Amino acid sequence: MADSGETEGPGNKDVIERAKNDGRELTKEEKQRLRKEKKQQKKGKEKKDDKASQDGEKREKKPVSSASPAPQPATQPPTQKAPPAVPALVPVPASETPPPGDKPAKSKAELKAERRARQEAERASKQGKKGDVGGQQVAAGKPKAPPSELQPVVKRLPEYMQADNPEVLKKLAKKLERQQTPEYNAATKIPLRSDYGYKVSLFSHLHQYSRKAPLTQQLSIPSTVIHPAIVRLGLQYSQGIVAGSNARSVALLHAFKQVIRDYTTPPNEELSRDLVNKLKPYISFLNQCRPLSASMGNAIKYIKKEISNIPSQCKEEEAKSKLLTCIECYINEKIILAAKAIAKSSIEKISDGDVILVYGCSSLVNHILCEAFEKNRKFRVIVVDSRPRLEGREALRRLVQRGISCTYVLISAVSYILPEVSKVFLGAHALLANGYVMSRVGTSQIALVAKAFNVPVLVCCETYKFCERVQTDSFVSNELDDPDDLIVTRKGKTQLEHWQDVRLLGLLNLVYDVTPPDFVDLVITDLGMIPCTSVPVVLRVKNVDQ
Amino acid sequence: MPGPDKETDLTERIEAFLSDLKRGGSGTGPLRGSAETARETTALLRRITAQARWNSAGDLMEIIRKEGRRMTAAQPSETTVGNMIRRVLKIIREEYARSRGSSEEADQQESLHKLLTSGGLSEENFRQHFAALKANVIEAINELLTELEGTTDNISMQALEHIHSNEVIMTIGRSRTVEAFLKDARRKRKFHVIVAECAPFCQGHEMATNLSKADIETTVITDAAIFAVMSRVNKVIIGTQTVLANGGLRAVNGTHTLALAAKHHSTPLIVCAPMFKLSPQFPNEEDTFHKFVSPHEVLPFTEGEILSKVNVHCPVFDYVPPELITLFISNIGGHAPSYIYRLMSELYHPEDHEL
Repeated sequence: MADSGETEGPGNKDVIERAKNDGRELTKEEKQRLRKEKKQQKKGKEKKDDKASQDGEKREKKPVSSASPAPQPATQPPTQKAPPAVPALVPVPASETPPPGDKPAKSKAELKAERRARQEAERASKQGKKGDVGGQQVAAGKPKAPPSELQPVVKRLPEYMQADNPEVLKKLAKKLERQQTPEYNAATKIPLRSDYGYKVSLFSHLHQYSRKAPLTQQLSIPSTVIHPAIVRLGLQYSQGIVAGSNARSVALLHAFKQVIRDYTTPPNEELSRDLVNKLKPYISFLNQCRPLSASMGNAIKYIKKEISNIPSQCKEEEAKSKLLTCIECYINEKIILAAKAIAKSSIEKISDGDVILVYGCSSLVNHILCEAFEKNRKFRVIVVDSRPRLEGREALRRLVQRGISCTYVLISAVSYILPEVSKVFLGAHALLANGYVMSRVGTSQIALVAKAFNVPVLVCCETYKFCERVQTDSFVSNELDDPDDLIVTRKGKTQLEHWQDVRLLGLLNLVYDVTPPDFVDLVITDLGMIPCTSVPVVLRVKNVDQ
Repeated sequence: MPGPDKETDLTERIEAFLSDLKRGGSGTGPLRGSAETARETTALLRRITAQARWNSAGDLMEIIRKEGRRMTAAQPSETTVGNMIRRVLKIIREEYARSRGSSEEADQQESLHKLLTSGGLSEENFRQHFAALKANVIEAINELLTELEGTTDNISMQALEHIHSNEVIMTIGRSRTVEAFLKDARRKRKFHVIVAECAPFCQGHEMATNLSKADIETTVITDAAIFAVMSRVNKVIIGTQTVLANGGLRAVNGTHTLALAAKHHSTPLIVCAPMFKLSPQFPNEEDTFHKFVSPHEVLPFTEGEILSKVNVHCPVFDYVPPELITLFISNIGGHAPSYIYRLMSELYHPEDHEL
């Protein structure tokens, strides 16, 4: 048997010898087969363990001072431990190559000693394995860990950008279910809004809702989970009654003020933790009505921070009034005073005889123009508008009421009117960290044509709208509005009336687009006039301040 | 008497045509395509040639010029009328030259050398009478009519050379030529079309419904989203109202923005324009270039309070400079914009540029 054993792989030699020593009577083919099967099974599992055990062994070998001469893996000892009928333990750390070369024949006693030493080493290594594995990983992780002052890069992708991933949708549905006070049953959960209509394939990762099916239809009355002020706010958002970045943020903050006023801390709860938990379902609800804007996101972050900073020994009334004043302060500083500061800087840029082009309805730009008019600057304004929102008409009304002379065109006529224009003032929805300006769809087009005609483009934006996101095109993160808005009746014919029935026809109603920084000449903020590329600097300074 | 009847009949037809032109341009009457206008103009000119009284080529040219001036005055933006008149005048010149026996090439090339050596302009007053001139001219005009009828098909036949599969093509407004072009390509290739609706007339909607009925996957976008989606577009294919003498375009408003966006993303801009749209005008005439329609389309009368205090513009056309255009596809093949001047010299005689 031994002779025939030698013709096989060297790894089997010792085993067969041992088996002979143990008195097992399996045929060598069977043994070999079984061993090979188990080896392959255990290979993947034990690879890691083996590596750790290898290192562990190597480290442990010195203190253990085993007599084993060859750094063999502990293949052999486990077979001694296990009952002979279980050859499974044979290939335990099987990824190691079988003992290289031909081992010189050893005497029985030497082999026994070897085996015992190996057993002890294995036991010790198994104990040290856990610590070692951790140590090894830490050692491996150290060079890869980023320096402490940089933020972790791995971010969770927001849900509203994953409308085509069914798992994410399921998770969201569960989350909305969970966000309810425990004493009420599932009938009062926050409803999940469903998509409407055929989505253009490029945008299948975004949601597309219909204005005719507001979320509040699915809520029970009275809604016990959501504060009525928030329900009203959500409805106003989804129907477009409150629109515009500043307006939405201010409305949100006022609604939160109402929530805080009506809030009472339940017994055995801390205000700082409970209030934040109470706000979570409201925010999910608002997100379902209309995706949150960057300014709203920043405002919510601020509020949550303020709430969690309330010391626990603070009395409830005191805490509530403190929070209310914080919110007032935020609105005052970041929106109202910022608008004043921006208007002051912008007026220097408006000279007499200017022809200023504005797009859509930006509350900040309207404010600037009205202020400049009060300061007796002589200029006239061209308001550019686009379908289907036609927000420019609102801006037109406000400016005409003040007495400013205005012209009104649609965006397709921009290249006709631009030779007359001396400056372009644009508002922004958010300023991204790579210098791109996210604003109403059509803004990038106006900036492009203005650049072609060499007309300076100035963007006015408060600093609370700066956000950490980066984006290079208008596809990855956007908002899809109701596609039925594009339908229009001209001369009694509505061409697109039955667009849903036509399989191959899709309507796309984008809300935002991003303008590259080379189209923008100047950004006017409450911190001063900066180029587009200085946005991350401002963000860093703000973070350090906070 | 057949003479005066014919004449009154002719004048009636001319008047009917003129009033049609006047009505059609304001956007309220049934919108007719340029091909139709070209055909009708040519048919009318053939009738004039057949029924009016004239002795020599010069007389005929005078009559046609006079009627032509009236027709272009009725609707200045409809340049195909003027183009057809110039084509017919060139035909008359050619036939006259052929009847006289001299080769027309000698008259054609006004090279600097010729100007210096010929010693003054040849006195062509077209006073000679040729009996067969009438028949020849009518035959040539019939050839022109056949050519006009085949233009759309000729352009569509080239579609497969320019569109490959899985492309995203962008277009704006409604152009019958582009519609036929894309439908022809659809027979063999599968692609996706994005149509910009082109406010305020929103002709893009009709284009989109027609294309989707022809089994082409179509998306309608607003004018404001042109730059936003341009990064995913492979080609821009547009039609135009007129091709100007410098290779620029007078196209529907919004086309200049589209061309700028395409240039920014280095997307090729292809213009499908039949030869009868080529006009010897240059875009310098600022006053006559633009055409405006009622601003009611832009700011309706329902916005009453502010209407009186606001200026509202609704231009119909846009100028697109030739640098932004990659290729012209016409019924005689594809050309670069820099070649347009040469084509023009083949189609029209320089003395006819001013009617």
